[in-house]
Amino acid sequence: MQDDLVRSSGRRETIAPAFFGCDRAVSTTLILVQILNGLQLGILLFLIAAGLTLVFGVMGFINLAHGVQYMVGAYFAVAFYGLTGNFLAAMVLALASALVLGLLLEFLVFRHLYDRDHLDQVLATFGIILFLNQATIVIWGPAPLIIPTPDFLSGSIPLTGGLLYPVYRLAIIGAGLAVAALLWFIVTRTRLGMLVRAGATNPDMVSALGVDVRRLFMLVFGFGAMLAGFAGVLSAPIFSVEPGMGDNLLIVAFVVIIVGGIGSIRGSFIAALLIGLVDTLGRSLATDILKLFIDASSANQIGPAIASMLIYVLMAAILFFRPTGLFSVGRAT
Amino acid sequence: MSEAAISGSAGGPSAPPASLVQAHLVSATIFLTLAAVPLMGFLGPEGFILPLVTRMMILALAAIALDFILGFGGLISFGHAAFIGIGAYVAGIMITEGQTDALAILPVVLAVSALFALVTGIICLRTSGVYFIMITLAFGQMAFFAASSLAAYGGDDGLTLWDSASLFGTGWLADDRGLFYVTLAVLIAGFALVQVLVGSRFGRVLRAAKENDRRTASLGFDVFRIRLAAYVIAGMVAGVAGFLLACQSEFVSPAAMAWQRSGELIFMVVLGGMGTRNGALIGAIAFVALEHFLSDLTHDWKLIFGPLLVVIVLFSRGGLAAALVRLTKGAVRV
Repeated sequence: MQDDLVRSSGRRETIAPAFFGCDRAVSTTLILVQILNGLQLGILLFLIAAGLTLVFGVMGFINLAHGVQYMVGAYFAVAFYGLTGNFLAAMVLALASALVLGLLLEFLVFRHLYDRDHLDQVLATFGIILFLNQATIVIWGPAPLIIPTPDFLSGSIPLTGGLLYPVYRLAIIGAGLAVAALLWFIVTRTRLGMLVRAGATNPDMVSALGVDVRRLFMLVFGFGAMLAGFAGVLSAPIFSVEPGMGDNLLIVAFVVIIVGGIGSIRGSFIAALLIGLVDTLGRSLATDILKLFIDASSANQIGPAIASMLIYVLMAAILFFRPTGLFSVGRAT
Repeated sequence: MSEAAISGSAGGPSAPPASLVQAHLVSATIFLTLAAVPLMGFLGPEGFILPLVTRMMILALAAIALDFILGFGGLISFGHAAFIGIGAYVAGIMITEGQTDALAILPVVLAVSALFALVTGIICLRTSGVYFIMITLAFGQMAFFAASSLAAYGGDDGLTLWDSASLFGTGWLADDRGLFYVTLAVLIAGFALVQVLVGSRFGRVLRAAKENDRRTASLGFDVFRIRLAAYVIAGMVAGVAGFLLACQSEFVSPAAMAWQRSGELIFMVVLGGMGTRNGALIGAIAFVALEHFLSDLTHDWKLIFGPLLVVIVLFSRGGLAAALVRLTKGAVRV
């Protein structure tokens, strides 16, 4: 998936000769493009990680099937686009369906797991991944699907140095930032958000104070599922929609919430952007930076390997100094 | 929170002597049955049944290693398949480079798995609970991507082994039957090693730390070091399983260390009954048999397997080992 993200950005080849070349203006532009790509990956990661960290923070529930919600969102977008021919209509319908599916899974399986230990949660949600991945193959086939970029967001805008950047990718960044702002508002400024924060710190106390925790759980869970579905819908026009597309992104989302501190929305926002940037820039620059120190053919061998491990090394380094992440809420042990 | 919760689902390791004998009988029955598989013509053609049972035993070895830290140590490692992959890749790379002597390959397999376990263990074991699950998952993924980017050794596509390893100058590892018995011998050795370790002073402290790590630490034990040692041992045993897997499939690919494989290893342990004498062994055998049976039944076997996994987690406590005890009304201890 990460590879897909980079491949689809389509800039990796062009940046290699230019970066340490003589033309400074061009290389600055290319780095700007990579930064935008990194932000866009970070935003998608945030949409997935936000739900994951909320669900864990409030319910102490570790949900591996969250990545599948992302995949299902993308598939719903494809399906409803086929029916309506309108991207916005498809998005609304896909979000509603993602919400319904999330609530259905919560009702059928997840609510029976809240009191179980993490091991049971991991295994049961792993079973759901197997089922839903196979179900998408049965329903939509194993071949990747794609939907066109919506008309009103097609086209590109010029950056400095004469490079064009697709409007749709900028729209993803904008939409993600808008969601982040909305989340910030809900979590810090509303009564519901207050309950969520309180639940993340001390769920027993919240329950003892007379809050219907079950309903709070369902709300949070449905919201998280919808956010992941939203990320899926957004990525449907730019990445190929295929079975298992959420699996590897889920692991990266885990890295995000570990680095950010489990349960912290602010932490996952910052960590998502950090991971998105490090991953994207690492993949485009690692080989060139290595070439400064070792010969070109070894650099070509080692560069991609180092680039693909970079975010895990970063995570290890952060956890070594802060075992509970950057912005720990103080519950997840 | 998770510490207490985890210990709640453990099988009782404190078994009285009489049941100990019975548990040994169960293990002996399993190993004798396995040893007799090449003689059981009715199971199917040998060229088909031997590789299948060999794979069962290889995964059982890895599952036993995992159960050592998961069932007895309470460490939910979600990256254990990485060690299988590391063992397989070390073997694959050495064989490709012309070193086919198993006695030269094995020490390197052990050293590399131990080193990876040591470095990642030092970082992972600083965390606990859900952080530990996720960070082991992330390190497993890191190994996966590292293997995928080994362009000289097949990259994403994997590495086909055109030569096979030799043991004491013989072709045992290249022959279905030879590999079968070598694998069985290694499995029994691995099983015995874990039994001895679990019963030793070291194993007792490891189990105590699972029940209550603070209390164990306050008794003067260095919980971190004990867990690290267990983590390294489990990694090395799984590395050997990886070496055998490379010999068996004559092919090495990053898919062997995908995180789904780690999930399956955990499932084997839980299916069999974690923290019991024979649970991981039974679980791995049952898992491969189930997988094989279902995939014979339908191409979309995961549609059945996934929900089955959910149902097993929701409704079975203690896995097959506990079920066996209940079924025989306690006459058989596992």
